[in-house]
Amino acid sequence: MKEIRFHGRGGQGAVTAAELIAIAAFEDKKYSQAFPAFGVERRGAPVMAFTRIASEPIRIRSQIYEPDYVIVQDVTLLEVVDVASGLKPEGKIIINTDRDTKDLKLKTKADVVTIDATKIALEKLGRPIVNTTLLGAFCGATGEVSLESINKAILSRFSGSLGEKNLAAIKTAYEGVSR
Amino acid sequence: MKKVVEGSYAIADAVRCCSPDVISVYPITPQTHIVEHLSEFVANGELDCEYINVESEFSSLSSLIGASAAGARTYTSTTSQGLALMFEVLFNVSGMRLPIVMTTVNRALSAPLSIWNDQQDAMAARDAGWIQIYAENVQEAMDLTPQLYKISEDPKILTPSMACMDGFILTHVYEPVEFLDIEKVREFLPPFRPEDVLDPEDPKTFGAFADPSWFTEFKYLQYQAMERAKKKIAEASKEFEEVFGRGYGGLIDTYAMEDAEVALVAMGSVIGTIKEAIDGLRSEGVKVGLVKIRSYRPFPEEELKKALKDANVIVTIEKDLSMGYESALLTDLKGAFYNSPARMPIIGFAAGLGGRDIGVKQIRGIVERASKVKDAGIEAEFEIFDVKPECL
Repeated sequence: MKEIRFHGRGGQGAVTAAELIAIAAFEDKKYSQAFPAFGVERRGAPVMAFTRIASEPIRIRSQIYEPDYVIVQDVTLLEVVDVASGLKPEGKIIINTDRDTKDLKLKTKADVVTIDATKIALEKLGRPIVNTTLLGAFCGATGEVSLESINKAILSRFSGSLGEKNLAAIKTAYEGVSR
Repeated sequence: MKKVVEGSYAIADAVRCCSPDVISVYPITPQTHIVEHLSEFVANGELDCEYINVESEFSSLSSLIGASAAGARTYTSTTSQGLALMFEVLFNVSGMRLPIVMTTVNRALSAPLSIWNDQQDAMAARDAGWIQIYAENVQEAMDLTPQLYKISEDPKILTPSMACMDGFILTHVYEPVEFLDIEKVREFLPPFRPEDVLDPEDPKTFGAFADPSWFTEFKYLQYQAMERAKKKIAEASKEFEEVFGRGYGGLIDTYAMEDAEVALVAMGSVIGTIKEAIDGLRSEGVKVGLVKIRSYRPFPEEELKKALKDANVIVTIEKDLSMGYESALLTDLKGAFYNSPARMPIIGFAAGLGGRDIGVKQIRGIVERASKVKDAGIEAEFEIFDVKPECL
């Protein structure tokens, strides 16, 4: 089983991103589970969401404390939340930032992957909504879900030109971090 | 068709497949998405039913009394404070023997205000005369919906029922579910055709005044119907499995109980996490098993006694408190064994209150504590688990 934890701010679509990975993993013939860290919704406040992916049906219902992967939508969260908490040493953390990895001073042995998702989202979507762009980065950096399935999941949620724009953002991010 | 959807959507779709004639619901977190999806189905013409907009939960359930007594198949859903507001009406429904089906989304009761999951709301309504069945996952909550109509509407039962599902944990999770086929549901669940209905051509009275010479007999008959429901719940589960290929056991289900020395007893979504913990503990040689309670009312006394008779120690893990005397399931379970030849220590933990997360680590902690009881005796019969001294 692979466990993913999303860190974002209320309104940035962390929950949607977690759901889209679950839908994509299911497209890849795997079992999946996505859920928010249930809270009282407040725009801008730190939020979390979780996704599990497995080859067997998923029974566990607790939050994720030792993730294989962490996705950080907003680099300013590093000042207020221990985003790398419990991250497995062999795991990866993907951070939306234009800063250098060494400037982030993260306390983790895991791989740190940085991507300027805000820039990509502004270019491709015209809005600084980074949740889908980061899915492309996750896909490229980890290979846990296929790009094809991520695209399918996106199109199931966003139709028409909005869907196409999201696919373009995902592709750019995917290529930007591919191993 | 199998798809990854939100739990609330799955429930709404299961309700749609049961073809209710009247739905009357009032939104409240974390049940709101169920209401939203149902109203969408009705607005889109995907579900042909009378959808009543009401101003409170008291009205939602009260309006269904009229509809159900007139012979309609009815549905509602609520949680927490909403269920508390329905309290008076719950007894009216069961006393009038109306087979209303409700999805009870489990959430803590105020104060302090908490929108998060525990099972205090349904537990507080334990004695209201409703069948209560707790779901482990979204699929089970979904599959329960047609089963409950089948159970409640049986002329020998005529008792309302609740499908209890943990708020947020199951209502807001996205996971794969097999959707119900409406044709198969129709095959499984015949139309509701009650013998006694409100009809101007043939006037009858429901829920009328009963003086002391009658009241006991009304309650006696209600009690008998609830007893009969035990058999019916098991039958409905079996028939559902025959049609849909998914079975859940009867009133209870068991996991790794064959040689279990420590037996955990729980209900609801924590069951999945407990199973995960048991697999880990079993691989380390710890003989631990689980009895999952599906039906809390009627209480599966005989089934529990049979499933648990060889355990060295029984441990309840439940998300409710009875202020002044431990937690409800623990009390019930001890009662079940009191006149039985098998007498092992029974201890209990109240855990997961107001949304406190229960993980594998917590379950392991509970099992470790329980394992010591056999040699060291009972240290504490009941405990509120995971209390932070620094917050007191």
